[in-house]
Amino acid sequence: MKLTLKIWRQKNRKEKGSLVEYRLENVNPDDSFLEMLDSLNYDLIVKGASPVAFDHDCREGICGMCSLFINGRPHGPDRGIATCELHMRRFNDGDTVFVEPFRAKAFPIIKDLVIDRSSFDRVQQAGGYISVNTSGNPQDANTVPIEKTIAEAAFDSATCIGCGACVAACKNASAMLFVSAKISQLALLPQGKVEAQSRVANMVKQMDEEGFGNCTNTGACEVECPKEISLTNIARMNREYFKASM
Amino acid sequence: MNRLDAKIPDGPLNEKWTNHKNRLNLISPANKRTLDIIVVGTGLAGGSAAATLAELGYNVKSFCFQDSPRRAHSVAAQGGINAAKNYQGDGDSVYRLFYDTIKGGDYRSREANVYRLAEVSSNIIDQCVAQGVPFAREYGGLLENRSFGGVQVSRTFYAKGQTGQQLLLGVYAAMNRQIGRGKIQMFNRHEMMDIVLVDGKARGIISRNLISGAKERHSAHAVVIASGGYGNLFYLSTYAMGSNASAAWKAHRKGAFLANPCFNQIHPTAIPVGGPNQSKLTLMSESLRNDGRIWVPRKLEDAKAIREGKKKPIDIPDKDRDYYLERQYPAFGNLVPRDVASRAAKERCDAGYGVNVTGQAVFLDFASAIHRSGKEKAQVTGLKNVDDATRQRLGKQVIKQKYGNLFQMYHKIVDQDPYETPMKIYPTTHYTMGGLWVDYNLMTTVPGLFAVGEANFSDHGANRLGASALMQGLADGYFILPYTIGDYLSEDIGTGKISTTSIEFKEAESMVSKTIDRLIKNKGSYPVDYFHKKLGTIMWQYCGINRYKSGLETAMQEIRALRKDFWTNVTIPGTANEFNEELAKAGRLADFLELAELYAKDALSREESCGAHYREEHRTPDGEAMRDDENYAHVAAWEYIEKPGIWKLHKEELVYKSIAVKQRSYK
Repeated sequence: MKLTLKIWRQKNRKEKGSLVEYRLENVNPDDSFLEMLDSLNYDLIVKGASPVAFDHDCREGICGMCSLFINGRPHGPDRGIATCELHMRRFNDGDTVFVEPFRAKAFPIIKDLVIDRSSFDRVQQAGGYISVNTSGNPQDANTVPIEKTIAEAAFDSATCIGCGACVAACKNASAMLFVSAKISQLALLPQGKVEAQSRVANMVKQMDEEGFGNCTNTGACEVECPKEISLTNIARMNREYFKASM
Repeated sequence: MNRLDAKIPDGPLNEKWTNHKNRLNLISPANKRTLDIIVVGTGLAGGSAAATLAELGYNVKSFCFQDSPRRAHSVAAQGGINAAKNYQGDGDSVYRLFYDTIKGGDYRSREANVYRLAEVSSNIIDQCVAQGVPFAREYGGLLENRSFGGVQVSRTFYAKGQTGQQLLLGVYAAMNRQIGRGKIQMFNRHEMMDIVLVDGKARGIISRNLISGAKERHSAHAVVIASGGYGNLFYLSTYAMGSNASAAWKAHRKGAFLANPCFNQIHPTAIPVGGPNQSKLTLMSESLRNDGRIWVPRKLEDAKAIREGKKKPIDIPDKDRDYYLERQYPAFGNLVPRDVASRAAKERCDAGYGVNVTGQAVFLDFASAIHRSGKEKAQVTGLKNVDDATRQRLGKQVIKQKYGNLFQMYHKIVDQDPYETPMKIYPTTHYTMGGLWVDYNLMTTVPGLFAVGEANFSDHGANRLGASALMQGLADGYFILPYTIGDYLSEDIGTGKISTTSIEFKEAESMVSKTIDRLIKNKGSYPVDYFHKKLGTIMWQYCGINRYKSGLETAMQEIRALRKDFWTNVTIPGTANEFNEELAKAGRLADFLELAELYAKDALSREESCGAHYREEHRTPDGEAMRDDENYAHVAAWEYIEKPGIWKLHKEELVYKSIAVKQRSYK
């Protein structure tokens, strides 16, 4: 199939970027979106041109490294997947496809489609853990039974891959889905309840300092999340936050 | 002088580790604060090591090439993690986990290391639960287990098909706590370019900032390599695109021996190759073999009809299906170890029974599991007189709970719904058992240079059992290295900060610059991937599931020729002082092109079959791997001499005192 790509090219953090058009004549519908970009890059390199920089690693939807904004949507048109799982069969012959980086003040562009998401790491470093020593001898794993439904709810929150699609989808560039997923996971489990109050206070503070916006209940994050993390996490985080500030 | 002293403690097997720990030198908290450790890689092994060492009080510098430690490829491990908890009361024990691992590795792993691994396995689960890892649970609130290949008990703990992700996020959280305290200094998007030796000891690394291209010198009192395996030699594999062997290979070139490089696991259940632009292969977890049944048509004409799209799998009646693993290995059935399952799949496909367009796929079928689970669910929920449709619906719910994300992945990639039609699967490269040679303390042949996780060689022998990689990574990082590294460092308490202005650092940096320069200035006409794909083809053809003498000799010649071709004809766009992924890829491939030759050489020199190393010349009458314990019950550790192509072989004899060495049988 034929395809016209309009790809965001930006040399580095400081210089201005723009959309550049590429025409592809022979796209295999069974290729993944990233394989399509691989082929484009191969041709660009052979021609002596500069290839398109984009982030990717596991290519099976779990590492969270890939991050493209495709036709105005993070990770493209499909629900519940990351860009690396998107396949060209999802597009039609003759389509024009816009490819941009995830855009947010807290995600500065490094080059082309590659962004700096270290703000996410810093939010996690502010409290996204349980303060248990790794070299100690904790109690037997079965000492504290955890209700199956609670364990599963914690698991669902914990499946966040930290890609940043929620931020890119949000008109306020809010990271509340991302932050609340970790807060929920740990607040639901008995092991995490001990530090729940300081955790939520510290993580929210760091989130604000990084320049992420606030939630205004649009729900775009939930729709675009490749792991379909629920908006109820944000509600839970707000409850935890109120508890912590009383 | 025999340089391969494994330093295995004396005494009975089950007391070795405890006694050893009691005898290791300790370092006071005040002195720990003066000692620096570099950890390269942030997967389960590297991340857990970094977090634990920092918590103990050392100053840790941690490096990863990804944009965050949370992305290391341990994240993609699916099925689970083994531990000898015996929560199911099905006869499991430390000894049995040890026994299964040694047997699964076809008697080519080190007895004392494997026993220690089994011994600390329980601690890992306790640790992870305390950290908030949400493992699967029973209705009573206790932890649930499932079964994995090569064993007859249920000792695998899991979190749906995302166990690796959940464990890695636990490690990431532990690291974050230490980063927040300032005890770990984290270097994201940094690549280790070389090891620096001072007076024969590992004293630092040269790294490259992948955003700016800047080269940096980092010194330390010890360096830990935790950079994973080298399966991307095959181009197509279940590894991440960036997974590479460069850190380990640089260590090898500086004197660390590489052990058993030809021991490479080909996993039986990956999604088959779909097209010429395919960049990686996706695994379908071994846990699926708990419920899925593997088959091909019994009749050649049915296989042909399926390949041509004239028949669907559902059109083949049960009597015309060949559940070949259940037929050949009745005791273990679909849960035979990975090497056995992979060979069996290849054998059936080579005989003409393959079921996709390329003829290289077999079915993994969930129809009977859906039926069985549906019936059980109806019974449990008290439904009476359920019709077929309801039973199907309930069954699918149960299967979805266990494997939901795997089924979704399969559906998205292949565009077929595995709840309705069997999956198609085929073997692919997945894990390397070989790696840097380490002694009982996990130290390589270079003093002060340690290797943990998949990057070392010690625990899995010639074949790794499912759910044991996560176990080993965390055992090394949380529970073993933190003790043993202290013993080494205890001699360094008066050393003081290591200078980075020494001649050794200068020389190492200038060598790195020279290599980068040579790559970037080379004005060839082919991109890196052109050569990488060629290497993959050579490896798969000659060094994959089946190996034979003349094939391996051809492979060595072709690899050498390809290496020359690469250095003459590769082209790399851009400059060295910017974000340049092609440059990073070129450096990694340059190392693969050397390692590949050693891999083939090792396979050639091991004149026996064992585990995943299957030499066609050495098989039993019924086609199983035939070991030669008299001549090859050893670890082959290779020493790099001057330049690629010249290696010296050292042997570590493997002695089994607590286990009878037998022909492996899963029948």
